[in-house]
Parts: sequence; structure tokens; C-alpha cells
Amino acid sequence: MAADTVRGVRKVGRYALLVVLAVIVLFPIYAVVMQSLKTGPDSLDHPRSLLPVDLTLSTIRAAWDQGDLGRLLLNSVFVSVLVTLGVVVTSLLAAYAFAFLHFPLRGPLFIAFLATMLVPAEVTVVINERTADSLGWINSYQGLIVPSLASTFGVFLVRQVFLQLPGELREAASLDGVGHLRFLWEVAAPLSRPTLGALGLFTFLGTWNAYLWPSQVIRGDRAHETIQIGLERLKNNDISKINLVTGGLVVAALPIFIMLVLFQRQLVRGLTAGAVKG
Amino acid sequence: MNRRLRDVPWAIVMLLPSVALIAVWTVYPLVKAIQKGHLRCDVTGTKCRDAGWGRYWDVFTSAEFQHSLGVSLKLMVLTVPVGLLLGIGLAVLADKHLRGIGIFRTVFSSTVATSVAVASLVWFTLLQPQIGVFADLFSGWFPVVKNPGLLNDANTALPAVALSSIWANLGFTFIIITAALQSVPRDLYESAYVDGAGSVRRFTNVTIPMIAPTLLFVGVVLTTRALQTYGEIALLTGGGPNPEKPTTTIPYLIYGRNSLIHNDLGTKSAAAVLLFLLSLVLALVQFRGLEKRVHYGR
Repeated sequence: MAADTVRGVRKVGRYALLVVLAVIVLFPIYAVVMQSLKTGPDSLDHPRSLLPVDLTLSTIRAAWDQGDLGRLLLNSVFVSVLVTLGVVVTSLLAAYAFAFLHFPLRGPLFIAFLATMLVPAEVTVVINERTADSLGWINSYQGLIVPSLASTFGVFLVRQVFLQLPGELREAASLDGVGHLRFLWEVAAPLSRPTLGALGLFTFLGTWNAYLWPSQVIRGDRAHETIQIGLERLKNNDISKINLVTGGLVVAALPIFIMLVLFQRQLVRGLTAGAVKG
Repeated sequence: MNRRLRDVPWAIVMLLPSVALIAVWTVYPLVKAIQKGHLRCDVTGTKCRDAGWGRYWDVFTSAEFQHSLGVSLKLMVLTVPVGLLLGIGLAVLADKHLRGIGIFRTVFSSTVATSVAVASLVWFTLLQPQIGVFADLFSGWFPVVKNPGLLNDANTALPAVALSSIWANLGFTFIIITAALQSVPRDLYESAYVDGAGSVRRFTNVTIPMIAPTLLFVGVVLTTRALQTYGEIALLTGGGPNPEKPTTTIPYLIYGRNSLIHNDLGTKSAAAVLLFLLSLVLALVQFRGLEKRVHYGR
């Protein structure tokens, strides 16, 4: 009985700790969402601004208009969708070559390919900015999209799955006269759908959230700005209108929150692909 | 046709898109940056001459680079251990079959949905001096929150940036460590229990060794992210406050709008290459030093 009491107290203690920590982790998001749902003066009236009273959409609407958020969202969707499709296609093709085709230097080429994963964007942007400039791609969709259309990680990930497909599949297909592209499209790609889903989700999130490259290749051109770099404009306004930033944040983060709730399983699968054994 | 060469035309066609893109946007800029890193330029950045490999040493030992190197390393020390410990703590706490634990897991994972820009602007709003929520809630205990504000005080600016980073990375760390905990075979705990190991012993002798490879991975990722910190600085502090510039990380030194070397291609390239080497060395050290103690076997 004493043991039961101890266990009960421990359980309550654990819940209490969990609740406190959850409140701390959620507080920044909660505070910003509450501020975004208040009028300007109300949003600055702390700590009353934290209470869910007097809610209104006027701040979000004002941020939407002043920040041209509709345009920014459209740019982000356009760029992210094209990059995602591009990465899935280029990864499928290259992974197929590395997994199923026989050609000289296949091994060394693959190793060299993997090695480029070590080069972070922070190193290449200095020169890529100049390359984009010489191509006339500053302030353009091409500048945002083309440099991201190939992914070493994607090639690696898809190749791993292809290597696990039974070799007889490919042999049977070539005996039946099925060409490479048809085999890729009708057999290999559908069989690796979960991995392609995870790759697509990660590419989309990565592109949507990118900051450094868009901030260098788009220089103040609102027509091509993504939401991530465009949000800053709301910040540069009058400091007493800081609540406009909160409105912009809600608009920028909401699509991603919804996506992550919908694709939670793929997200965990993708995140843990390289991290956890077994 | 020879079997070895039969597939070559298809291989070329299928590899071309990826290889060409990686060559133009990853390999070429790396090689070019290594080359351009030799250049010593005048203040306008227009007249440059080749100063050889010694130029790298000059940039490395320059006051600006040394300062930013210190800032980046400090940021790493502020974010990586705390981030790891918080991730482990939350994951262990939520790794129990309790009613409603799913809600807590969702909450702890939630910051994975925030981008660099969103997380930074969230904290920028909260930390506003005078009118931010934190200023009103905490200025009684910490006057600096209100005047001049955490981001505007040379002593607190970098810790404030670290706070924002730790929070933003927490979701990622939590998700990965939770997955690792769930992959630890339950019978290991049972046999440790039968052998008389208490909960602390079970944690240090079973849990930690079993999830060590994952912790190593998370540590390397957090280190890399700390060294690559740019957007947080651009949005939270702009490298300032001036004149101490306590938040000018190496990436911000290279790419920042008001950076001293903004127009100096040679120095920027050299600094970028040095940053690359630094991340490589740190990742290597972590793998080498920890691998001996890490248990990969089944």
C-alpha cells in the first residue's frame, strides 16, 4: 500500500513536471498567437494581452495587407512546389543509375557525390551569388529555384531503397523488354513511395524555411520575395506596430503547422532515417 | 555491346541533371572560393591581387575573423550542451505510458515547425524592450529585459540569441531522441531490473549507451547549426549591439548586410573556406573522440 502511494505521488509529480515544461515550451507560440488576435493597443497591454479575450482578426488582416502576405505566400508555394518536384525527379533518375545501371567508375563517382554533402550552403553562397548575378538571375524565380533542384541526400536516400528491391524484379523486366524509364516509373518509384514521401516533405519544408540563399538572391524585390525573407518588412515598421509582426508570423507558420500535423508519420520517419539504427 | 558499357548512355542521361546541378552550384563555388580566398583587395573591393595561401593565415588571424570565431564558438558552447540535455530530459520524461502523453509529445515536438525566420521573429517580438511581453513579465527580477533589452545589451545579446536557437531546435532534438529511446529493446531494462539495477543505474548503464549513436548524431547536427547561424543574427541583432558586436558570427561576418567585409570578395571567400574547414574538423573530432565510447552493436 505504501508502495502504491509512492507510485501515485511520483505519477502526479511527473504530470506536474510535464505540464510546467509544456507551458514553458508553448509559451512563445501562445503569446505570439494571442497578440496577433488583439487590436494594436490591446496587444501591448501585458499581461492582459495573454488572456484569450477581445479577440479579433483585424491585426492579421492588417499584416496581410501591409506585408503583401498573399503574394509572399504564393511565391513560397510556387518555389517550394517546383523545387520539391525537381528534387524528387532528379533524385529518382540519379539513384536509378547508381542502383541498377552498370558503368565504369560507378563506385568512385558515388563516393564523390556523397562527399559534396559535406559542403554547407554557408560556404557556396559567396560564389553562387555571383553566378546568379552573371546569369541575370538576381530577383528572379530561377535564382530561387534552379540551384536547389538537385539533392545529394535525396539521391542517397532513394538509392538505399532501390538497393533493397529484389534484383529479380529488374531482370524479369528486362527479359520482358521493359525499358529503364518504364521500369523506374511503373515499378521502382511506386515501390519506394514512403521514402519519396519523406524526401518530398523534407525538401518542401527545407525550401519553404530557407533563409540565407533567398535573402542574398532576392534584393528587395517584393514580386519575388518568399514569405521567410518578406516577413522582415513588417518588423521594420513603427515599433508600436510590433503586433503586425505577430500577425505575419501566424500567417507564415500556420501552413507548416497544418502540414506537419497531417504528415507527422513521414516527418518522424524522415528525421530519424539517418539517426536511429534498426 | 560489352555488358559493362551497355548502360553508359542511359547512365549519362539519368545522372546528368544531378551531376550538372551539383557541379555548378556546389563543387564550382567551393573550388572558386578556395581560389578567390587568395585575393587581397582594397577597401572598395575592386582592386585585388593574388596574395597566395598566406592570405588564409592573414584572414584567420585578422581581428574581425578572430572575433567572429570567438562568437561562433561561444554560441556553440551556449546552445549544444543545453540543447542536448533538454532534449534528453524531455524525451525521457515523455517516454512513459501515461494517459495523455501524446499531447505532451506533440507539444515538445512543436517547435520543429518553426523556421529560422519565424523562430527569430517570435523571440524578437517577445524580447522587445519597453513593449514586449517579457519586458512586462520579468523586468521586476531582471531590469535588463526592459532597459536596454536583452538583445541590446552587449552581455546578454548572445545568450538571448542562444535561447531562441535552443528553443527552435528543441522539437528536432526531442523527436530524434524519443525515436531512439523507443528502439531500445525492453528486455534489456528487464534484465537490468532483475539484476537489481535501480532506475538511475538503468538510465546510465542501459539507456545512455544504447542511444549514444543518436546523441552523437544530434550533437553533430546542433554543432553544425550553431556554426552556421545566420538568419537568427540578421533578424534579432544585426550582429550588434555596436560597438562590441557580440553576435557577429562567422556567417554573419560573411553575409551580413552591414558587415565590414561585405564588398570584399577575397576576404569573404577565405572566411567561408575557413568556416567550412572548422565545421569539418569539429565534426571529425566529435566522431573520433566519441566513437570509441559509442555502442553501435545490436
